Amino acid sequence: MTLLSLNIDWILLIEKLVLIAIVVFASLGIALYTTFGERKVAAILQDRPGPNRAGPFGLLQPLADGVKMFTKEDIIPNSANKWLFILGPGLAMTASLMSCAVIPWGGTIELFDRTISLQIADINIGILYIFAVVSLGVYGIMIGGWASNNKFSLMAALRGASQAISYELAMGLSLIAVLMLSGSLSLGDIVKQQQAGWWNIVYQPLGFLIFFICALAECNRTPFDLPEAENELNFGYHQEYSSMKLGFYLFAEYINMIMSSAVMASLYFGGYDIPFVNDAELQTHLGNWVALFQVGTLLIKIVFFIFLFMWIRWTIPRFRYDQLMNLGWKTMIPLALVNMLITGALVLLKMNNWHF
Amino acid sequence: MNITQILFWFLSVLALVSALMVLLSKNPVHSVLWLIVVFFAISGHYILLNAQFLAIVNLIVYAGAIMVLFLFVIMLMNLSADTEPQKNVWMKLAGTIAGGCFLISACNVIYNAQNVSKEIAAKTALLNQGNIGLIGNLGKVLFKDYVVPFEISSVLFLSAIVGAVVIGKKEKNKV
Amino acid sequence: MEALTSRAKAVDRKPMTFLERLYLWNILKGMIITFSHIFKKKPTIQYPEVKRPFSPVFRGLHVLNRDEEGRERCTACGLCAVACPAEAITMEAAERLPGEENLYREEKYAAKYEINMLRCIFCGLCEEACPKDAIYLSETFAPANFNRKGFVYGKDNLLIPNPTTQPEATAKAKGLN
Repeated sequence: MTLLSLNIDWILLIEKLVLIAIVVFASLGIALYTTFGERKVAAILQDRPGPNRAGPFGLLQPLADGVKMFTKEDIIPNSANKWLFILGPGLAMTASLMSCAVIPWGGTIELFDRTISLQIADINIGILYIFAVVSLGVYGIMIGGWASNNKFSLMAALRGASQAISYELAMGLSLIAVLMLSGSLSLGDIVKQQQAGWWNIVYQPLGFLIFFICALAECNRTPFDLPEAENELNFGYHQEYSSMKLGFYLFAEYINMIMSSAVMASLYFGGYDIPFVNDAELQTHLGNWVALFQVGTLLIKIVFFIFLFMWIRWTIPRFRYDQLMNLGWKTMIPLALVNMLITGALVLLKMNNWHF
Repeated sequence: MNITQILFWFLSVLALVSALMVLLSKNPVHSVLWLIVVFFAISGHYILLNAQFLAIVNLIVYAGAIMVLFLFVIMLMNLSADTEPQKNVWMKLAGTIAGGCFLISACNVIYNAQNVSKEIAAKTALLNQGNIGLIGNLGKVLFKDYVVPFEISSVLFLSAIVGAVVIGKKEKNKV
Repeated sequence: MEALTSRAKAVDRKPMTFLERLYLWNILKGMIITFSHIFKKKPTIQYPEVKRPFSPVFRGLHVLNRDEEGRERCTACGLCAVACPAEAITMEAAERLPGEENLYREEKYAAKYEINMLRCIFCGLCEEACPKDAIYLSETFAPANFNRKGFVYGKDNLLIPNPTTQPEATAKAKGLN
């Protein structure tokens, strides 16, 4: 049995591998420049110029940071659990990169007589897949925090995990309303429906608000960055980490931001839909270029959300832990439930031909 | 041998090895992590059976929520090899007998399955075939054919939630 | 009790209104404030390229001055060392030999003159104590160094360039250009 006798669709495999490679490297590159963007945004919101020495406008700063991270001494504490200590950042990074598989990055392109969808896997449970991956991201934090053998790290890890679990609930409930509207769990279908009609934000403003707040909490961004609260936990769950392992944790946070921005754009803001333009009609005129424009549109939406994340981070102080839990359990979940009930009722009324 | 079969063998080996590692690792945290790997392998199997919803829900609920709680408890108890109490010899013996009984009955099932293989084969799920596991069909089955059991189980969950709230609520006169 | 300032404000302990309890409105207000800062002028000075002007009374590194003919003014009287509260100045005197009249103005001069910039507190008392106007505090400050010895400034570091032979360097050291 040679390798070639295997009954495998090699072209499909190669196509998907190329797509995966492009998406992973693109998101790594964007994450690299998101760190730079974070420092720039922080600076201009605080009347500073920000990093501007490395290269023109400081554009080489992320590379300099990367070189610094790689060349620093990599310390593994003596009392740490060595394998888990190494596994932690890897897991955090993997989990955050995995969610890019089901996000529709654009429409379809025709290449070499094949119609290639710019979505790596259009599985019919796309949004649930994202939930599964997000819940895995917790392990990166927990394992890293526990394996460091440091009480502060452990505390931060517990905080991070309980926060993520609490806000996942409200996130899922707010999402159910969107799923009721679209009647599909596939992100590709949800985007296509929005292409045809209005964006979901028009129908679901409250749902979007809840989802956005929960996304902030899931990404451990301010005002929910309690796992990294430096004034009470020193540095949080990655306190014992150094060199690129620390870099992985910080990087994972930015990739999470990108992915949650992409999910929000896909769910509520039409994904790769170019606003005010009929995409299908454009495709007949421009062909493959439309897909490029669509990817560009999605990227613009993502950048907008990332800016929103940063803007919020440099405006609001972080919540206290009890406030965080109160907000999650006593405000977000009931609101999401009410939103879900109202949406369900309206969908039912519309299905039974009630015109109003 | 197609890609489904390759994945099947890979996932089976992964599931068995990590299941063994759950039992063999000294550190309880390692056991929990291996258990998560087992869940992943089983989810992979579900996907091979075209039961995507089941696979993802398995990940979300078991790997994502329940095992996190397991980890919470184990991390906070700070269990390790030297804090583990010495086990009684009789306990070990009882454990061996119980495990052996289970092993024998499991072997028996597999042996019988060989004998009635045609009958079993008609009942086993087919790899990558059938659409019953897809979420749309699953929803229809749940809300049409099995709507009463489904609603009863949801009432069960509701009562569990209410129970948790009642337990969690402070008694005002006793504070 | 009368308030100490006219700007005193009583603490407001009213229960929060519904809008305030929502937090969102206040968060939005805060975000508008931070957003408005994007368009504000940035007060940063790009240091090595752009320098901030010193105040006229700024006291920086010391300079040993020369007179118009380029002769050292210092006569090693030691008054600056006595005046120095941080005891940063040491010196050794020597007698001017015949033929050195174009180098030193007085008959006695400082053969060695050292200021320990790590000890110096830049109070400027040496400048006030000097009867010959020989020592001045310039508008520069001590650059970073890798070892302590580098901060002990000798005559070669302190002495201003000769105005007759190097007029441009002198002007630069005086900060005139």
